[in-house]
Amino acid sequence: MNLPTEPTEVPHKTLYRYGYRRAADQDARAAVRRPVVVVGAGPVGLAASIDLGLRGVPVVLIDDADRIGEGSRGICWAKRTLEICDRLGVGEKLVARGVTWKLGKLFHGDDLVFSFDLQPEEGHKMPAFINLQQFYVESALVECAAEIETLDLRWKNRLIGVEQRNDHVRLTIDTPDGPYALEADWLIAADGARSTARDLLGLTFSGVTFEDKFLIADIRMAADIPTERRFWFNPTFHAGQSALMHRQPDNIWRVDLQLGPDADVAEEQKPERVSARLRRMLGDRPFELEWVSIYRFNCRRLDRFVHGRTIFVGDAAHQVSPFGARGANSGIQDAENLAWKLAAVIKGEAGDALIASYESERMQAADENIAHSTRSTDFIAPHSAAERALRDAVLALAPQAEFARRMINSGRLSVATVYNSDLSTPDQSPFAGSARLGAPLPDCPIRRKDRKGHLLESLAPGFTLLIFKNGVSPRPPAGVELATIDEDIADPDGVLAQRLDATPGSAYLLRPDHHLCARWRSFDYAKVAAARDRALGRY
Amino acid sequence: MAKLKTQSQFAEPDAAYVTLVEARRGLSVEDAAALDTRLALILANHIGDLDVLKEAVALAKAAA
Repeated sequence: MNLPTEPTEVPHKTLYRYGYRRAADQDARAAVRRPVVVVGAGPVGLAASIDLGLRGVPVVLIDDADRIGEGSRGICWAKRTLEICDRLGVGEKLVARGVTWKLGKLFHGDDLVFSFDLQPEEGHKMPAFINLQQFYVESALVECAAEIETLDLRWKNRLIGVEQRNDHVRLTIDTPDGPYALEADWLIAADGARSTARDLLGLTFSGVTFEDKFLIADIRMAADIPTERRFWFNPTFHAGQSALMHRQPDNIWRVDLQLGPDADVAEEQKPERVSARLRRMLGDRPFELEWVSIYRFNCRRLDRFVHGRTIFVGDAAHQVSPFGARGANSGIQDAENLAWKLAAVIKGEAGDALIASYESERMQAADENIAHSTRSTDFIAPHSAAERALRDAVLALAPQAEFARRMINSGRLSVATVYNSDLSTPDQSPFAGSARLGAPLPDCPIRRKDRKGHLLESLAPGFTLLIFKNGVSPRPPAGVELATIDEDIADPDGVLAQRLDATPGSAYLLRPDHHLCARWRSFDYAKVAAARDRALGRY
Repeated sequence: MAKLKTQSQFAEPDAAYVTLVEARRGLSVEDAAALDTRLALILANHIGDLDVLKEAVALAKAAA
C-alpha cells in the first residue's frame, strides 16, 4: 500500500535503532564492484538479501534510515510468506510472536452475514495467516541477516545516483561521512512505494489511484474480542462506509475506516476526531492511539520489473490496496522468486532467460494481485450510486443465498500464485490432488529419521526430486537432490501421496523455491534432466 | 457464437410478464430498481454462464 505523504500527528516511538558504520568501500580509491547491492532494508529487501546470502552470494544491503518501528504498517502475513520465512530461518519465531488466525467474519449493518475459513487443508506447518507488526518481522530479519557473514547491511546509506552500464550498475550512496561510489553487477531495488531507484531511472507507473480515503489506526486495548478478521459494510457505528478490525500482538488492534473521497486529511488525523470515531465503534472500552494515518491507495505496476542490471521487487515494482494483504506478502514472494534465480545466474548455472522468468512470473502475480485488489475496491467503495445499488443488492441477498455471499468482496486474501510459466514442463499424464504444476508444493506432515516434521522444512535448498518408492532409487541428474518417499521421508498416513496424487514410482521436480515444475508417473533420467534445464531457463 | 436465447421460452409469455409487473406494483422507482437489481443477480446466478451473462448485458445496453 501507498503510505501517506502527511506526517502522523500521533508520535510513535522508535522500537529498533541500528548504528551507521563506515564501510571499507568508502575508503577505496576506485569504486568497489559487488555482485549484488540491494537498496531498501524493509521486509522485501531483507528477505532477498538473506536468501541470496544463504545461497552463497555476497550482498551489500543499504538503507537510508537507521531504525525500524514507526507504525505497524503491514500486519497480515500469509502462509506462503511464512513458509519462505521458515526457509530463511525466522518462520517459527514469527509464528510464536504473532497472532494466528484463519477466520474472517463479514457483517452488513450490524448483522453477521457469513464467516470464512482461510486454511485450505490441515497438516501445513504454517498457519493460513498471522498478524504481526511489520517492525517485528523486520527486526527478526535484521537479526537473521546479522548471522550471515557475507551480508553487509549498511544503515544510513542513501542511494542518490544510479547509472546503468552494460554489465553493471554504478551507484552513488550518501552517508553521514559523505558520498561514495559503488558498483554492482546486479542492483535489486526494494526501496518501496516511493522508490528512489525508480525515480533516479526515470521510470513511471501505470495504473489507477482510488479516490476514497481510509483512516488507519493502531490502538492499544485490552479486549476479549476473538482473533478473527472482522469487516463491516455500512455498520451503524460508521454509517454509509466500511470498517475493518484485526488483532495484533501486545493488545494492539488495527482499525481501518473508510472515509469517502471528500474527507479532510488534516482534520481526520486529529487524535480527538479519530478517538470520537473509534468511540462509536468500541463503546466504553478504554483504548489508546498508537499510530494513525490516512491513506489513499493505488493499483499499479511498472511496465517492466527488470531494467538492464536493475531489478525491481515489492512495492517499488507494484502496489495494491491493503484489502487482501497482497502488498508485503507479494513482495516477499518476489524476493524468493528472484533470489534462487539470481544466485544461479551469478554462479553461471543459468543465463539471463532465468532473470526474464522472474519478470514474467512475478508480473503474472502482480497482475493477479492488482485484479483482485481492484475488484475488492470496486465492491468496498463503489464508484457511483448506481454501482452501490448493485453492491447493496448482493449484501441484501447474502443472508438467504449462498451465491451472493460468494460475491461479497472485502478483500480476497493473499494466496501463492500458480505460475503459468515457461519454466514448467507441461504434464504428460493427468494428476489430481491439491498439488498444482507451477504452484508451491502443498505442505504435509511427514516423518524424517523417525522424527515428526513437515515436508517443506525437510527439502534441500536447491532442486529436489521427490520420488515415491518403487524398487531401487534411481540416480538423479546433477544439481538435483533426491528424496525418496518411504526411504528418506516417511508418509505414514498417506497424506502426501494423496495431495500429490502419487502412485508407486511417481516423481516430482521442485524448484529451489518449492514450486512444482514437472511431474511424471515414472522416473526417466533424460526427462528429469530436461525439466531441470528448462526450470533454469535453458530452453 | 451466440449462446443467449432470444426466442420466447415461456409457454405463457403474458403470465411471465404479469409476474414481473405484480412484483413491482406499488413500488417507487428506486425500490423497483433495487428489486430489479436483486432479480438480475438471482437470475444471473441461476443461468451460471458468464458468456450468456455478457451477451445479455450487451443486448440490454443496445436496447437502451
